[in-house]
Amino acid sequence: MSLVEAPAQRSRLGSSADRVGLAALLIATACLVAIGGKWVSGPLTSVVVLVLLAVIVGVIVLAWRGGTEARRLLAPYGLLKPGMLWLGLFFLAPLWSLLRISLSTKESRFDINYNFSWAFENYQTAFTEFGGQFSRAFLYAGIATVLTILIGYPLAYVIAFRGGKYKNVLLGLVVVPFFTSYLIRTIAWSTILSDEGVVVSFVKGLGLVPVLEALQIMDNGRLLNTPAAVIGGLTYNFLPFMLLPIYVSLEKIDIGLVNAANDLYSTNSAAFRKVVFPLSMPGVFAGTLLTFIPAAGDFVNAQFLGNPNTTMIGNSIQDQFLRQNNYPVASAMAAVLMVSIAALVLLYTRLFGTEDLA
Amino acid sequence: MQEVIKLEGVSKRYGDFVALHETSFSIGHGEFFAMLGPSGCGKTTTLKMIAGFEQPTTGKVLLDGADVSDVPPYRRNVNTVFQQYALFPHMSVFDNVAFGPRSKKKDESQVRKDVMEMLEIVRLADFAQRKPSQLSGGQQQRVALARALVNYPSALLLDEPLAALDLKLREAMQIELKRIQREVEISFIFVTHDQHEALTMSDRIAVMSAGHVEQIGTPEEIYRNPSSLFVAGFIGSANLLAGTVESSSGTEYVVALKSGAKVKVQHHGSTFSTGEKVSLMLRPEALNPVAGSRGDGLSLGGTLTDRVYEGATDRLVVRLTDGTEVVCLTDSDAHVAHKVVGDSVTINWQPQAGYLLAGWPEVSGSTTTNVDQIEAAL
Repeated sequence: MSLVEAPAQRSRLGSSADRVGLAALLIATACLVAIGGKWVSGPLTSVVVLVLLAVIVGVIVLAWRGGTEARRLLAPYGLLKPGMLWLGLFFLAPLWSLLRISLSTKESRFDINYNFSWAFENYQTAFTEFGGQFSRAFLYAGIATVLTILIGYPLAYVIAFRGGKYKNVLLGLVVVPFFTSYLIRTIAWSTILSDEGVVVSFVKGLGLVPVLEALQIMDNGRLLNTPAAVIGGLTYNFLPFMLLPIYVSLEKIDIGLVNAANDLYSTNSAAFRKVVFPLSMPGVFAGTLLTFIPAAGDFVNAQFLGNPNTTMIGNSIQDQFLRQNNYPVASAMAAVLMVSIAALVLLYTRLFGTEDLA
Repeated sequence: MQEVIKLEGVSKRYGDFVALHETSFSIGHGEFFAMLGPSGCGKTTTLKMIAGFEQPTTGKVLLDGADVSDVPPYRRNVNTVFQQYALFPHMSVFDNVAFGPRSKKKDESQVRKDVMEMLEIVRLADFAQRKPSQLSGGQQQRVALARALVNYPSALLLDEPLAALDLKLREAMQIELKRIQREVEISFIFVTHDQHEALTMSDRIAVMSAGHVEQIGTPEEIYRNPSSLFVAGFIGSANLLAGTVESSSGTEYVVALKSGAKVKVQHHGSTFSTGEKVSLMLRPEALNPVAGSRGDGLSLGGTLTDRVYEGATDRLVVRLTDGTEVVCLTDSDAHVAHKVVGDSVTINWQPQAGYLLAGWPEVSGSTTTNVDQIEAAL
């Protein structure tokens, strides 16, 4: 064998390893989805389990016998496998079930069996009966996201550029609330905002109730169980998810760039506008996704801080699933929520995508 | 010469630490002025005070005759080329260069014209739409230069602009910088710790050490007539030999070296009295190693301890009888070519090659063979 042929040899080995690795990955994942999504039943299930095991063992044996080069080429697929299989069983299979149930019907509310019947009327129900909850979810999540930017950005800025030796302490303080459960923190807010609570009596003492009512923050002298309380709870709970990515992107900015902008006839505020803010956009972008997506599907804040007129789509989905036992409509709502969030995120990425940033 | 920048009794303190002692000097129009010194000597602090990033503790900074001590950087007509270039990573080369003119609210068509003209000068017109991250180090350097020069400042400040470049590129950029400076006729104030860079590029050099300006002069003045042991050691390579003035008549001195040898020195300028502690400075290239002893007060005997072939020259290390090591640079084909390590040699020099400095050096001998000393000076 001449030396010239060697690279071709290796690339042939490489492409066949790629084919084997990828095929094994896909077959194994498909097997898991088939089991999890109940595509197969009875004796066929054990056949699929056997195929799954055979594929995994087969690849391991291939790597074992194939020598160093084969192991090196197959390793990436091996490393992908745990994650892919996990997602296959616990994301793809449930997603499949969800979509299937969303197109199914039940004989009666108390029936436990579904009949798959291309029942698109579930989606119609989701839109017509829960349109308000959908738009409220996106509105509240949107306002909360804007508020987390307005609160989180200056805070991140101060920690990143003025934190000095207290940087880590300040970041620690931001994260400290996470040591308490999400639910407990939200319930704590319902105590703080309650009618007999400290905030309301303070506001009453200052005579600010009419002002806050005019601003639609208070309702009938109450803070709790208002839209403002729900939005406030969302803002509070998701603030760190906005702050931390913004902090990371600000922290990376070389202070020399601000000096350079100053040197080139820009005042500090112009330097912020033209240099610091654009360079921190990736953080704002990531923070927006991390805040908006979970906030839009949230049901905890609306449940503990809201009233029947502030329910968000998360509450309705939970209600349909767990109380009404109406899986088909609940599934349809969950599917709509997923698709619309995905569409919004795609649109947002198109408009403000930051991949051309250095 | 018209003064562009004038420092009057400028000093800078940070708490108890004095970064710069009271300093006064001025820089003329179109001058290439280097501030040279080891790190922590106050050169960068001085530059920052001229740029406006630091305010002087005492004294005044005058720009084109006007006191700008309290004027913020964005209203001073000086621009800086930063050490790491500080190019805006999210902007194209064009937008980087246009940053200054746009901040000054210049007309966009004028901005376009000015920017392209300047990119032409730094030979980067074809790269206008690239991002800084897509450029090599030398190209980024030239963008930083164009970004500063496009504003046609009264003076351009350069903070170790070549430090991040490879040796060959650095040498090419030295020539390029000189060419650009001649073309735009703007005063360049250049901060560096590289004495070679300062010598080759500058019209005048200010050698600084520990917050003091040790000497200001043309490269030749500083090289030939250093004002202190520090300057002698920092600029180029020098052999410094401790001794005492034994007698003098006019410009002729007889110096008794520590080793006991007596040497004759013709020294112009400062005068020394009999019994004063002095150092004899001999530049390596002024020393000729020869075979036999001459005994005329212009030679010293020793042993050859090392010889390094450097192409055009040979670097010889000679250990004198008292153990001091001196370095000589000779032509490769000199008449000591047959000498090998361990042979005894004599070094001699011309009467005007010796130069006297007040005081004794910390370590006698060559300033280029003591690693600790060199590291301490960087």
